[in-house]
Amino acid sequence: MIQGPGFKNSVRRSRSDRRGPDALFRRATGAVATLVILLAAAIAFELLRLSRLSIEKFGLKFWTGKIWDPVSGEFGASPFLWGTLYSSILALLVAGPIAIGIAVFLSELAPGGWRRPLSFLTELLAAIPSIVYGLWGVFVLVPLIRKLETGMPESLRKLPIFSGPPVGVGMLAAAAILAIMVIPFSSAVAREVLRAVPASQREAAYALGATRFEAIRAVLFHGRTGVIGALLLGFGRALGETMAVTMVIGNNPKASLSLFAPQHTMAAVLANEFTEAADDLYLAALVEIGLVLFVVTLVVNALSRLLIWSLERGSRRIPPVAAPEAVSGAEAA
Amino acid sequence: MSRSTRRRAVSALFSAACAASVIFALVPLALILFYLLQKGIGALEWGFLFHNPKPVGETGGGFANAIVGTLVLIGLASLFAVPIGVIAGLYVAEYRGSRFATLVRFAADALNGVPSIVVGIFAYSVAVMPVRRFSAIAGGFALGVMMIPIIARTTEELLRLVPESLRDGALALGATRSRAAWSVVLPAALPGILTGILVAVARIAGETAPLLFTAFGNRFFSTRLDQPIAALTVQIYTYAVSPYEDWHRQAWAGAFLLVVVVFVLSVAARLATRRLERMHG
Repeated sequence: MIQGPGFKNSVRRSRSDRRGPDALFRRATGAVATLVILLAAAIAFELLRLSRLSIEKFGLKFWTGKIWDPVSGEFGASPFLWGTLYSSILALLVAGPIAIGIAVFLSELAPGGWRRPLSFLTELLAAIPSIVYGLWGVFVLVPLIRKLETGMPESLRKLPIFSGPPVGVGMLAAAAILAIMVIPFSSAVAREVLRAVPASQREAAYALGATRFEAIRAVLFHGRTGVIGALLLGFGRALGETMAVTMVIGNNPKASLSLFAPQHTMAAVLANEFTEAADDLYLAALVEIGLVLFVVTLVVNALSRLLIWSLERGSRRIPPVAAPEAVSGAEAA
Repeated sequence: MSRSTRRRAVSALFSAACAASVIFALVPLALILFYLLQKGIGALEWGFLFHNPKPVGETGGGFANAIVGTLVLIGLASLFAVPIGVIAGLYVAEYRGSRFATLVRFAADALNGVPSIVVGIFAYSVAVMPVRRFSAIAGGFALGVMMIPIIARTTEELLRLVPESLRDGALALGATRSRAAWSVVLPAALPGILTGILVAVARIAGETAPLLFTAFGNRFFSTRLDQPIAALTVQIYTYAVSPYEDWHRQAWAGAFLLVVVVFVLSVAARLATRRLERMHG
């Protein structure tokens, strides 16, 4: 067997890889590449170092405490944790189905000539800086939501999720802007995932007489891990999003189920209070929030990458279509 | 209704829903662009581009300090992020499959996913705390940290587009691996790598969060690297949350300018990548 991975490896790892200029090249570029790993490690280390004071003083109580009052030295971060999770989950609930719809449309349904320009447009949406979303949110979206809140019938306003004064800024505005920001990102990744699903899946479904929807369902089922990965990647984005959220959520550290209540998120409290942290404990408490944000996004991202990779690797093992020799052989017979 | 008409109806409904979701996603894009054009273009004038901010409360003045500040920050970031990113990407592409290269790629992906505000904390602890002063250097460092993984990953992707036969040809002629990589593979992918750098620049040019407590922003014109420096994004933020009508107008103009720059860079990068794909793919 000449072809195959083994052969390639033997060419790649020639003797000169261990000595001479090639070894130098490998070591020099490898040293620079190591910097990337060191950088990731250094971020984790610095966050741990700076937050030690708060971790030691409060322990787990930090994340169950409900009151955030830096003046009196009381640091409970649960309102921020709640706000981050609530806004990101709401955004994911809205953005998820839409992102999948876009991915399906662009990879399965759109006429050939439409695909490129449409995917490019959604990519442009992803390129808009978050401060611009925030600006738009403050001056366009928030007034719109305020109108919606004041126009809502009294009977609905009695429900806990619609309670509170109609101020415009709050959880709903934050979730809406996050959904808008996450859609292009998740749909782009999901589109790539669907493209990686082998054509044989579609062909088999159509050959069995499936309608378009049934065939696409088969494709989605085959690519389910990757699609979930794409959505998780968007979720990770939403968790760490700072500027747009801090501008529209109201920055009030009080957890509430209400969509209309001004709330706060982990990223937003960092943006707002970090430069004001006068004493070491306050700073450590804020850095601890950053540390947890770092760990959570890391885990979410790693998980989504693993899901996407596992799908891509799985697809490669399946041969693209029936082997051509077999087809021609059958014809000859 | 027969079973087959129902199946066909479900299918048509599903297709329509997918098409609708594309339209649904493009509505915000259209709205944002509309408001940027409506409110931004009017305010984008000579004085905005070439004047510094007036004292608080006075109308007029512009973003000149912020535009220059952003350019300085991008320059500082590129200075160390471009070489590190390109070489790390070259390493991963060249030794792809080795365990260490996979680890580097994983670290780059992880860095890519770190929220930008957390990168800001890191830069604060490394570049602000020891000297007890916000500075352009700290801001450039924060942006550079964000740039490295983007450049490393795009460089790797684009080097992969270069056909294996080119490298094999060079190796067959007796070139060492380093010679083949530097003189054959890298030049073939160079246009793509340059545009990858542009994409990274476009990404960090729009970053606000990592600058809040590193570069900090500055109401005055400054190019000193050891002092706080203004940035387009930070100034848009301060102006947007301020109570002054005139500042809001200028924030829109700044946002318009920012989006134009980001779009031009994205379109240019897209066109160049497509050319590269057509050349080698």
